[in-house]
Amino acid sequence: MWHTRLKALIVKELLAILRDPRGRLILIGPPVVQLLVFSYAATLEVKNVDILVLDRDAGKWSQELVQRIDGAPTFRSISSAESLDALRARIDRQQAIAAVHIGPTFSRDIAAGRPADVQIILDGRRSNAAQIVAGYLNQIVNALAAELSAQRRAPARSIAVVPRNWFNPNLIFQWFMVPNLVAAVALLIGLVVTALSIARERELGTFDQLMVSPLRTHEILIGKIIPPMLIGAFHLTVYILAAVFVFGVPLRGSLLMLYGSGVFYLLSVVGVGLFISALSMTQQQAILGAFLFMVPAMLLSGFATPIENMPGWLQPVTLANPLRYFLAVVKGVFLKDLPFHEIARNTVPLAVIALVTLGAAAWLFRRRME
Amino acid sequence: MGEEFVRMSQVTKRFGSAPPALDAVSGSIQGGEITGLVGPDGAGKTTLIRLMTGLMLPDGGTIEVLGFNTRTQAARIQASIGYMPQRFGLYEDLSVRENLDLYADLRGLPLSERPAVFDELLTFTDLKRFAGRLAGKLSGGMKQKLGLACALLRKPRLLLLDEPGVGVDPISRRDLWTMVRDLTREGIGVVWSTAYLDEAEACDRILLLNQGKLLFSGTPPQLTERVEGRVFKLTGIEGRRRPILRKVLDDPGVLDGVIQGEAIRLVLGAAGGRDWNAAELAGPAARIKPAEPRFEDAFVDMLGGGPGGRSKLADAAALRVPDESHAVIEAKGLTKRFGDFVAARDITFAIPRGQIFGLLGPNGAGKSTTFKMLCGLLKPTEGEGRMAGFDLRRDTAAARNRLGYMAQKFSLYGDLSVAQNLAFFAGVYGLSGPHRRERIALMTEIFEFGPLLGMSARDLPLGLKQRLALACAVLHEPEALFLDEPTSGVDPITRREFWTHINGLVEKGVTVLVTTHFMDEAEYCDRISLIYRGRSIALGSPDELKASVAGPGTPDPTMEDAFIALVKNSEAAEAA
Repeated sequence: MWHTRLKALIVKELLAILRDPRGRLILIGPPVVQLLVFSYAATLEVKNVDILVLDRDAGKWSQELVQRIDGAPTFRSISSAESLDALRARIDRQQAIAAVHIGPTFSRDIAAGRPADVQIILDGRRSNAAQIVAGYLNQIVNALAAELSAQRRAPARSIAVVPRNWFNPNLIFQWFMVPNLVAAVALLIGLVVTALSIARERELGTFDQLMVSPLRTHEILIGKIIPPMLIGAFHLTVYILAAVFVFGVPLRGSLLMLYGSGVFYLLSVVGVGLFISALSMTQQQAILGAFLFMVPAMLLSGFATPIENMPGWLQPVTLANPLRYFLAVVKGVFLKDLPFHEIARNTVPLAVIALVTLGAAAWLFRRRME
Repeated sequence: MGEEFVRMSQVTKRFGSAPPALDAVSGSIQGGEITGLVGPDGAGKTTLIRLMTGLMLPDGGTIEVLGFNTRTQAARIQASIGYMPQRFGLYEDLSVRENLDLYADLRGLPLSERPAVFDELLTFTDLKRFAGRLAGKLSGGMKQKLGLACALLRKPRLLLLDEPGVGVDPISRRDLWTMVRDLTREGIGVVWSTAYLDEAEACDRILLLNQGKLLFSGTPPQLTERVEGRVFKLTGIEGRRRPILRKVLDDPGVLDGVIQGEAIRLVLGAAGGRDWNAAELAGPAARIKPAEPRFEDAFVDMLGGGPGGRSKLADAAALRVPDESHAVIEAKGLTKRFGDFVAARDITFAIPRGQIFGLLGPNGAGKSTTFKMLCGLLKPTEGEGRMAGFDLRRDTAAARNRLGYMAQKFSLYGDLSVAQNLAFFAGVYGLSGPHRRERIALMTEIFEFGPLLGMSARDLPLGLKQRLALACAVLHEPEALFLDEPTSGVDPITRREFWTHINGLVEKGVTVLVTTHFMDEAEYCDRISLIYRGRSIALGSPDELKASVAGPGTPDPTMEDAFIALVKNSEAAEAA
């Protein structure tokens, strides 16, 4: 008996979402936009920047330095400034993000074996990009300096640092971003679909119809949990496939463990959605509630900025955020074959969050009936 | 006859690819009269009113209001009309006076004139005592009155009222009517749209719309004239009247028949019916007497008569032996409090098997609260409600399997197709395997869903939605049916069809609890509880209630007269 009822409810939920043109739009539109925007446009890499050079030396070594900068693929164009004033004006007008100022004695100093200085002027208004550009320029200058000391066959006083980026040797930005998106899309879809489900029925007046039917409260709740989880799992799968086959992200860990943890993640997300849904009287309130949760959840997850960088009082808040744990799992499974005990360590909190939110939703749901 | 205020010729309006909302409607509206714009929901009433305001333009034909064409001079029209939409835009968080102020600003009423105008309107609408109250805290009737006051701020020449009687108790409705009547004496033209045919009967002139077409234009007596001499009342019936109604309706000469309290009202076709022998039909005391024709009789006649008396649904239902001694639905001292507010107080009744019981009362009186407590949607603060011996809030799915529920707004899943809706409700009520297929096939056959199975429920016309809702509610052969305002706003043919099924099911032993604010519908019930301000102020058969208020002034009171008299008595008793 109960499985007939439950099946009818689950089929109805799925049909109600898939047959509604707006519902279909929600399932297809935002995930595609999110994938395109985040993986191509919202890049944290610095590329295509313009550099100014004020070469007051025009000697052999300054030429060498300018050519090396010119050869770096990160910079789109190198142009030379005639004077300090011109340099200032062009940085001011944001025609270049950085300027390299080579003093008149640069080549002479090198030839004489004296320490030579290069000044780098950065546009502090774009602090993040400027920092990264400064890093690139430093690398170029250091490489030149290292070669110079080698040529002179003098005992190397400086220690050469050779960085190796593990897990993502070429620091490909999409290797970082796309696994993040796998977790984020499930949050978006799971939350919106669940939040709308009860609110929609309230608004249309079908909710009473459900309540007078032989369906019991827990059956209604299960019937409301399973369809968004199926839809969430579908999006998870599509994104994983896109990560591997479109973006070429290596999948180094166990897919089985990823899905295992994913079930608990989806449960916790659906729990939050159901709680919002039980709280809202209209679909509008439900959508607003979903976004009220989602935006802070994204920012407090380590998605864009590391949790360790947040102030101490804020960090405990992130412990209640399901996205935080699943991000660690997805990135771990994709890039570094995260071992089972680490996955379990991140999955247990998800199970706890799911238990609390689902319990609260059920409680609220029953209480609303009074 | 007054001056012609509105002239419409061949007005047509379409929305998308659906059949036209208005199809070549021509007619006129006079000053100094109340013109009723009459028709069921979806007939095109609101569309026509909006076209008159110039807010919308017709696809074909022209409308002239007060001599101005709506296409070219809409601004001039809007300056000289008052318009009250169905849900008037009152600001619920502003007080009555602040609402008036706001609309006075919007209408550009000079500050110097305001005190006098406000005073007049507040006196006129009897809202003076409530000037400081928030609009959201007013009753439905008072909200309509305030809406009317706002529409009258700059005395219009033409007043357009879109279903002002909806959600208003009969007493406020009469007040509203009297106010509007006073306005017409000053030469103002009034358009009053309504789905209630008793309201229509009181208008000076009517435009009767059905599915976008103008069926009739003229005075109500002109309309009822067409059934003059064909309307009869069968009284003094012995035994149950529903089987007799069914027998009578099966006569092809009978156009229409409805239950009216203890009697049956009949409309014969133009050719006349069989020569019925009343005594043979309904017992020795039965009489057939001519009756005063009513608006609804004529409307049904115009639509080609009601459905026959046979309900395939009831024919297919299993017989449950009627048992007068045993209550199927029982309310014992049901009370519901929301904070300080008592929504229902000490409501007690019992419905034996095979009876229709009505909860009658205006919106907000507490009938929905009572209804919800009985079908397990609300938990009573005190007392208990039982169905077939079960407390629906506590008892299992098995108990709830015995009830069928159909709500006001046809709570179907609009995005699901007809077939999917049927499958869902079958599944939720635990039907499976061959039994489920049989029941769905049966419903499809009875209600003729065959060609519609793939259509989304949302796109069905109102009448078909109603059929589908009924089909979903009876799929699992419930013992009791809970109907919440089941036929408000539907056309009289659909309403008759619906009640034919219900009457048939009741004869098979199904028990029915119905809420309604519709006085006509109350006549179909075996017994009624009149709910007013959270209390049951009267309980009895429709005829008992009517008889209890009959006096020298009203020898043959209608249900509405009875309602108003009983409410007044109860208020007087409370005050004493």
